[in-house]
Formats: sequence, structure tokens, C-alpha cells
Amino acid sequence: MATPGRALPQPTPETQHFWDGTKANELLLQRCDECAKVYFPPRPFCPVCASRKVSVTKASGKAKLYSYVIHHRPVPGFTPPYAIAVVELDEGPRMMTNIVECPQTPEALVLDMPVEVVFEAQNDSITLPLFRPAKG
Amino acid sequence: MPHNTVAVVGAAETTRLGVIPELSQIGLHADAALNAMAECGLKPKDIDGIATANETPVQLAHYLGITPTWVDGTSVGGCSFMIHVRHAAAAIEAGLAKTILITHGESGKSRVGNPPRSVHPQSLNGQFEQPFGPMGPPSMFTIPVLRYMKTYGVTEEQIAQVAVVQREWASKNPRATFRNLITTDDVLNSRMIAYPFRLLMCCLVTDGGGALILTSAERTKDFPTKPVYILGTGESAETPMVSQMEDFTTSRAFRVAGPTAFKEAGITHKDVDHLMIYDAFAHLPIYGLEDLGFLPRGEAAGFIAGRNTAPGGSLPLNTNGGGLSYMHSGMYGMYALQESVRQMRGIAPAQIPGAKISVCHGVGGMFAASGTIIFSNQAP
Repeated sequence: MATPGRALPQPTPETQHFWDGTKANELLLQRCDECAKVYFPPRPFCPVCASRKVSVTKASGKAKLYSYVIHHRPVPGFTPPYAIAVVELDEGPRMMTNIVECPQTPEALVLDMPVEVVFEAQNDSITLPLFRPAKG
Repeated sequence: MPHNTVAVVGAAETTRLGVIPELSQIGLHADAALNAMAECGLKPKDIDGIATANETPVQLAHYLGITPTWVDGTSVGGCSFMIHVRHAAAAIEAGLAKTILITHGESGKSRVGNPPRSVHPQSLNGQFEQPFGPMGPPSMFTIPVLRYMKTYGVTEEQIAQVAVVQREWASKNPRATFRNLITTDDVLNSRMIAYPFRLLMCCLVTDGGGALILTSAERTKDFPTKPVYILGTGESAETPMVSQMEDFTTSRAFRVAGPTAFKEAGITHKDVDHLMIYDAFAHLPIYGLEDLGFLPRGEAAGFIAGRNTAPGGSLPLNTNGGGLSYMHSGMYGMYALQESVRQMRGIAPAQIPGAKISVCHGVGGMFAASGTIIFSNQAP
């Protein structure tokens, strides 16, 4: 369910690995080699201890619904009402996303419900990480 | 910083508030600045410091004919003006300038001479938030609130009460945009904007401006206005991305700026007679009351619904009607500061009798930054 018209990211050198990851259907985080902090959004150093020794690590894709709004106003690429959500990944970091394969209602969108990543290609270079209610 | 050594001697808003299509954004800055200068009898040559946001201080200095020895262009959203006051007080203390003008103007409604708002697709916001469909503050600032509501069992009715109570204050203010009293049902039946936020839980969009003039307390006798002294100040920043707040039930920037100002002022919460908390949306007074330490976590919504901040309550809050009912041009902090100064001068439309200390707390961006100023009308 491609949604043409939505705002799309333009990767920078510091974030290119993340968007290469989503294109390959992998959700990539970073972990500090010195203090073990797992963090997001991407940057080439640890925001806790300032170490430049960091590694890219593949996330499980499992998360819980942390908070959201259901937007009722028109935005290019979206059909209101639609939820703008923040999920908390099992690895710790939170990220903004949309919840798909789920009614966009308060009754269906229950805080702390388990969700899992799905990847939605927008064009040849950009794939967005979205989340759906966890299966099973 | 020493307390009580710097004072506000000029404070004015634009001649009109609301819909002002005949002035561009810089014109609104200038209208407010000229009103503040006239009030305290100053000409451009008398001003040697300038701070502003949205426009650069270079533009304002040139437009107003000022030759500054000190400039501050801190622009971190609607609390920029609180932070300007803090920086200006420090600059006056340090001898960098003697008479500082702080201006705000914004053609938020008519959008004359405003730079277009856009999020660059290479910014972190552009890459990691904008693709998921937010459109400005109503769909962003509100995202943490369901987590707050679940954590503390707060209801939509309680959040609606914030708007109801503030409208009571606005009803006393002839310059407020909305003055008709409203009920909780009115709020809960208003148009859904971004669940759980309805139209009447969101701020206005209007045109206007405001300006402040600060100088050292020892010079206040040279001015015709009643001086309002700066007791304490604080500022902080957290994140440009609302999704990356450390905790969705509390603002780290609030928790740094507020207590810093209280400590500097040497006051306790019981000393506060009047309070302004920047209310772009109805949840902000709730977060502010808790993060500034007025109430324990989870108790602010009930405190407001219990009419403690309403007219006649123990802690008068947002007595101009706030961004929800008075006006909101986009960077509302200047109007909160103006109301604190009016209360300290004793000239507010909904004046709190005998008020001696006013706390004015601002937010910038979507919980991105914060500034707190504590005023007093008591001479040092």
C-alpha cells in the first residue's frame, strides 16, 4: 500500500546506513562499543559517552505502542483519520511511525500493545519502517 | 546572577491583536517596540541592546534605527523571549549593555512577510518524523499526551477543563480573542483535530506582537513606568523531535528551567501569587504545574478541574486567557511575559489583588526548549 505524496526522507552520510537497512528490510540501530548504549536516531558517536566507537546493530523489529494521536486533518499522502504513533523498540529506543493493518481508532490502538515492523517501499531508494499489531 | 538588579521598564503589545493584515511580521515587531519605547520615553539612540526571534536582531536594529553594543538572536520557539530576558539580565549585569529592547512580532494569521515554514528532508525531523504524517504543532505537540493520560488516569474531560477555566479568565479581558464562556461539553463536542485533542483544546492563530525594555534596577527612577524586577531566570533545551523526549509524561527542559529560576529567585512555591504557563495546547499547564514543582506528578489535571487555578482560586494561572483564548501568534511566550508584567504593575484586566511575585514559564517547539522568568514588583 504505497502512499505517494507523503514527505520522504533524504538520507545524509550519517544516516545512509539506516535507509540502506530499511531498503533491505532490516531495522538498524547503533550501539556504543564502549558503554553499550543502543540509540536512535543515527549519528556516528554515542550520545551518552561521546565515544566514536559505535557499531550498527540489527533490531528485532519488535516493539510496543508507546503513544499516538489520530490526525483528522488532510496531509499529502494520507487519508484521515490516521494515527501518528511512537513505538518503543524492545532494544530501548523510540521512533515515530504509522500503525498499519489496524483500524485507526482508539479502540484498536491500545497503548502498550505489541507491534512489529513492516517495510513499505516508497520508491526505488526509500523504504519506510512502519509497524503492525504483532502476529500471534 | 544577583537578584533584583535588573527591571522591566517598558512593556507593550501591538496596538491591536487578532487579525492585522495591514502590517507585515517586521511591522508587528516595530509597532510593539514603538509602543514600549513611547511608554517609557525612549528613542532609538537610547537603546544599546536588542534581542529578537523569527526576525534577526540585525533586521530589527536596522529597521528601528538602533546601534547595539549587544545582540541576541536566540530563536528556539515560543520561549525565546523568556530566554532573551534571561540573557538580557545577565548582559546588563555584566555591563555589556544598559538598555535592552526585546521584540516579538508574528503575522501568524494573515501571514504577511513571514518566512514559509518547512522541515528540511535531510534534517533529523525531516527523515525520522515528517514521513509519518505530522502537520505542525497540533499533530506533534499532542503525541505524548495519551501516555500521560494512561500513566496517571487523566481523562479527556479533565483536559477539557483547562480550556473551560482559561476561558473564564479571558471573559474578563477586553483584548482576548474569545470571551464567551464555554462548558466541558462545548470542548468535548468541538471538532476533532488530533485525537484526543479537539479544536477548543488547541491555541488560537492570530497576528500580533510585543516588546519589553530592560535596564538596571538603579536606573528605574529615571523612567515613568512602575518597575518590575527580575528575581530569577532559567532556560534549557531537550530535543527538536517530540518522539525523542526522554519521558512522555514530563518535560526535561521544564524540569531544568523552572527549578533554576526558583533557586535563583530564592523563593518557594508558596510565595507565588500569579503564574503563567505557556499553553499552546491544553495539556501544557498540566505538565508545567508538575514539572515546575507546584504539584506532585499526576495531580495537576485534577487541580485545574478543581478550580484551583480559576478566578478566585489559590493559584491564578494564565489570567489573560492564555494561548487558548487570549491570542497565539505562533511564538506566544512574549504575551505570557506581558501579562506577568501587567499583573506586577497592577494594571491587568483580571488583576490579582496584592500580587507581588509572578512566575512566567515558556515552552519552545514541541517540548524542545524552555525558559522561566520570575518577576516581582518589590524594590530591591
